[in-house]
Amino acid sequence: MSAGSPSTAAGFEQELTRPWRERAWRQTRGAAPIFAILLSLLVWIAIRNPNFTDPPVFLAFLKRAAPLMILAAGQLFVIISGEFDLSVGALITAVVVAAAGLTEGDPGRTWWVIALLFGLGAVVGLLNGLITTRLRVPSFITTLGMLLVLQGAVLFWSGGAPRGSLPENFRIFGRFGFESVPVIEQLPYSVIILAFVGIVAILLLHRTTFGKQLFAAGGNRRAATLSGVDVPLVRTIGFVLSATSAVIAGILVGGFAGISQDAGAGYEFQAISAVVLGGAALGGGSGAMVAAMAGALSLEALFTLLNLLGLPKPSRDAVQGLIIIGAVAFAAYRLRRT
Amino acid sequence: MISAPPILQMRGITKRFFSVPVLENVDLDATAGEVHAVVGENGAGKSTLMKILAGAHQPDAGSILLDGEEVRFSHPREAQARGVSIIYQEFNLLPERTVAQNIFLGREPMRGPVVDAGAMEEATAMLLTDLGVEHSISPRAPIRELSVAQQQTVEIAKALSFEASILVMDEPTAALSPHEVEALFARVRLLQSRGLAVIYISHRLKEVFDLAGRITVLKDGRTVGTVASDAVRPGELVRMMVGRELDHLFPPRAAPAEIGAVRLRVQGGAGDRLHGIDLDVRAGEIVGIAGLAGAGRTEVARAIFGVEPFTAGVVALDGKPVRIRSPRQAIRAGIGFLTEDRKREGLVLPQSVRDNALLAFRSIGRRQSGGEAASSRRSVVDLARLVELRAASLEQEVRYLSGGNQQKVVLAKWLATRARILIFDEPTRGIDVGAKAGIHELMRELARSGVAVVMISSELPEVIGMSDRILVMRDGTFAGELAAGASEAEIMLLATGEMETVSAA
Amino acid sequence: MNATTAAPNRAGRNWRGLDSDTALIYGVLSLVALVSWGLILANGGQINVANTLVRSVALGMVAVGQTLVILGGSLDLSVAYQVSVTAVMASYVMQGNPDRMILGVVVVTTIGLAIGLANGLIITVLGVNPFIATLGMALVLRGVLNSSFDNFAGAVPEQFQVLGYGAIGPVPLAVLLFAAVVAIAWILLRATRFGHHLYAIGGSEETARLSGVRSGRVVIGAHMLCSLTCVMTGLFIVSRLRAGAPWVGPDGNYDLESIAAVVLGGTALIGGRGGVLGTVAGVLILALLDNLFNQLEVNTFLKDVLRGVIIITAVAVYALRTRRGRA
Repeated sequence: MSAGSPSTAAGFEQELTRPWRERAWRQTRGAAPIFAILLSLLVWIAIRNPNFTDPPVFLAFLKRAAPLMILAAGQLFVIISGEFDLSVGALITAVVVAAAGLTEGDPGRTWWVIALLFGLGAVVGLLNGLITTRLRVPSFITTLGMLLVLQGAVLFWSGGAPRGSLPENFRIFGRFGFESVPVIEQLPYSVIILAFVGIVAILLLHRTTFGKQLFAAGGNRRAATLSGVDVPLVRTIGFVLSATSAVIAGILVGGFAGISQDAGAGYEFQAISAVVLGGAALGGGSGAMVAAMAGALSLEALFTLLNLLGLPKPSRDAVQGLIIIGAVAFAAYRLRRT
Repeated sequence: MISAPPILQMRGITKRFFSVPVLENVDLDATAGEVHAVVGENGAGKSTLMKILAGAHQPDAGSILLDGEEVRFSHPREAQARGVSIIYQEFNLLPERTVAQNIFLGREPMRGPVVDAGAMEEATAMLLTDLGVEHSISPRAPIRELSVAQQQTVEIAKALSFEASILVMDEPTAALSPHEVEALFARVRLLQSRGLAVIYISHRLKEVFDLAGRITVLKDGRTVGTVASDAVRPGELVRMMVGRELDHLFPPRAAPAEIGAVRLRVQGGAGDRLHGIDLDVRAGEIVGIAGLAGAGRTEVARAIFGVEPFTAGVVALDGKPVRIRSPRQAIRAGIGFLTEDRKREGLVLPQSVRDNALLAFRSIGRRQSGGEAASSRRSVVDLARLVELRAASLEQEVRYLSGGNQQKVVLAKWLATRARILIFDEPTRGIDVGAKAGIHELMRELARSGVAVVMISSELPEVIGMSDRILVMRDGTFAGELAAGASEAEIMLLATGEMETVSAA
Repeated sequence: MNATTAAPNRAGRNWRGLDSDTALIYGVLSLVALVSWGLILANGGQINVANTLVRSVALGMVAVGQTLVILGGSLDLSVAYQVSVTAVMASYVMQGNPDRMILGVVVVTTIGLAIGLANGLIITVLGVNPFIATLGMALVLRGVLNSSFDNFAGAVPEQFQVLGYGAIGPVPLAVLLFAAVVAIAWILLRATRFGHHLYAIGGSEETARLSGVRSGRVVIGAHMLCSLTCVMTGLFIVSRLRAGAPWVGPDGNYDLESIAAVVLGGTALIGGRGGVLGTVAGVLILALLDNLFNQLEVNTFLKDVLRGVIIITAVAVYALRTRRGRA
């Protein structure tokens, strides 16, 4: 019945000597296709544009990809717990518009505004989580409602046209970096933030009790509850993490793209697509952080490649749609065969 | 009866899943007007055989003959069209749809382009009248408003609506109360008298002997033999199923010196379906709880564990009253609960052995683990060794383990929390004989190390063989207490209420 | 079990087919109508029922289609772009020429059915989660539309605008058409095998399959019907606007709004429970509130906020009732 050769209990000795990196690899290799896709996209880009392998050019690419990758990391927490978060795009817009309106270009206000934005994110995530877990509204509806609320509130508050502007010390996160770094010239702040978020997210998901409980909550809610997991709490934390990732992404987007009413438009679906490309199952219980972020990077690489190939902007949507369907169809096919 | 030509013949049925043989050269036949029981341990291949008969699986070799004519079913519907109906343990009914809609799903009577609802409901009413339940079940009632027994009756009506000549029932009494079982038996005999061949799958030997004319025993995917029920004694049948005397497998009971102070005490516990629950469990002993399905055994466990807490009464641990309102509090208090349904309530199937084993430990936090600072990885290896787990590695997903090894993972989960009270609900259900013995040994070792063990079981030999004391439940409360080594008859008399309540010692 | 006689139609069913969730939503609809009309009259405004109904038609049609796929356990996130495809292609093919009207309708219907078929096949044959499948389809349609058209394309002939502006007596033609679509969908769900099987699949795909229901075909059929309702909405919109542009669908937010209307109407997002009558109530409630806010000159953006709150509240109430009544 069991796959592989059953070993005697004594065989577990080897588990002690097995390095944790190897175990991490076992956990991630299920998502191997996404790394193959990412690699081929990057190689293809490098062939079309040899400059791409220059560290500064590649870092600029990463800088552009950072918001989506951070967002995908947040979304993965929610997806693994068996839920959706459709409100992140609207939250990004809210962050950008609110930041501009509140700072009004005054650098002195930057820091408390950022603190306020994180507070906003926490409230949004908390509401998403509590409504979903306590009132048992499907998260698709909860976060769809939240999307409408945020969208309406932002436009109402800004009167339809965003006011104010972002101070320079707010925009640096998305725009600038440490200058005159050897070899890479500029080390963008956003890439540092991305690396930081990525590491925290990987550790949180794969190395902590919370992460394990999240997988358990999404994999089998009843068993998790009967094992003492506070499933509503764990899921709510997932939503708060997702909203927090949207706040970070919003700060970066505001930095390099500026103020716009549709700064975050479409990000929710891109984030979910990225996570699914990274092999996570909608419905919960499986997924890997590195793979989800690789999924997001693949999407950005795809946009870059289609741009290089000279395809008009709209047709990129079409290709993106086909690739997402294709990737999920392939995953479903592999699942059927085993 | 046996001289009549068989309506069904299954010959040399062989089936492999991923090259693992599940059935090898199995024969089974049935004649009209016969109840033919199929018995065997879990994993003997009964379900697979029936799924092949029902067209849900296709055999790799062998043939199925109906009325002497060879048939091949590639879809359950084809089997139904030929008069073969199967009622699974888990009903195939849609809770939001009505009785009539469920019965005629997939073959609704039409009047022109639309479904003839009137004809459908009339036909349903006739089927229900046939079964004598026309007053309790309306054709228009949504399934979700019916009791489990009523739903089963709807399944039988559905089977009859196919004009079934062969009806397969898979563990039909598992979720029924005693008088519902009687009503079911009456219905089965009715069907039998009308000339149906009923293939009756059950673990409960008493039912098998009550109902069946012939009994076919399967073991490890092979036919051991077919016997007439009046020509075999239960003990012989058990030997045919398992190949050895079950009783020899049980470890010795606790010596009086090994039994300590009262660890868990419930006084006057009551709830939705429970009343007057008084229970003492001492460190070092195994208390068996017997009773028919529906008597409230699982409910007691769930109440103690805080899933559906007692609404009245007092629970005390080590003499101190406690209020347990959730599984979290129960786990913190040192209670572990091995649920009956491992896959749905015990394990997170897509997670690894390691993560499952540590699930409860992690959710109560490391501080409560008794202060031993051993790394979790070290302790999982210890736990795996302690429960004699056989798995390819600790990273293996538990869905790939056998039932016995899955149960060991669940056990490891509670050992990791250092639970001092363990409640086992049907600890060996669905587990092969060899692994069963292992689980029993472990339970006894745990008791010997000072754990207070409560064991709920439907298998009387297990209750008798394992328990230091036996409590028997009936209608939501304890009907009496029996000493170790009580007979099956004594337990059954208490469970069915044919003996006056014996006051607990 | 033998002793107690269960009342045939007890709690949960008021009369044939109208379950208590539907009764509840119509109660709420009446309340909303009375309150909003009262408020409008008190503020010296005018009640225009026909206008409110016409405004509901575009979303209503799509929501009816969306109800079908959701009942079957699926979902369609590509409806907004399907509406755009129809609107653009209709005006592009017709080019203001009355002789090309039929050709235009045939072309957009064919395209619509093809899209529905593709959605259905991707979900049932390739086994792609409906969320991803139709999201991908939305992206594909958006890409194709935006790279082929960047503005209003062609026009529909004046005769075609009868669809959007015509009336029979006091009743706008579009409202009649919508009523017909609702009636057809209601009959489909209640009285045909297709409907019975769709509920069964939404309730449990496995059970339906074991009962011999060809679930793939039914789900594909539901998606094609949903696409057909998108075609009708597209034609209705283009007849009002005279020409179609790629943004008419997404601007109407039909994808998420139609799902919102469906769940507001009491249909379970996981499928198997609900119906098209509830959806109509859901659409009308949204339209009445819209109308109220317009008349009271409530800031348009606040409408979104209120809408979000209302949808969440409604679904929370359904969830609470389900737990109390059926748990």
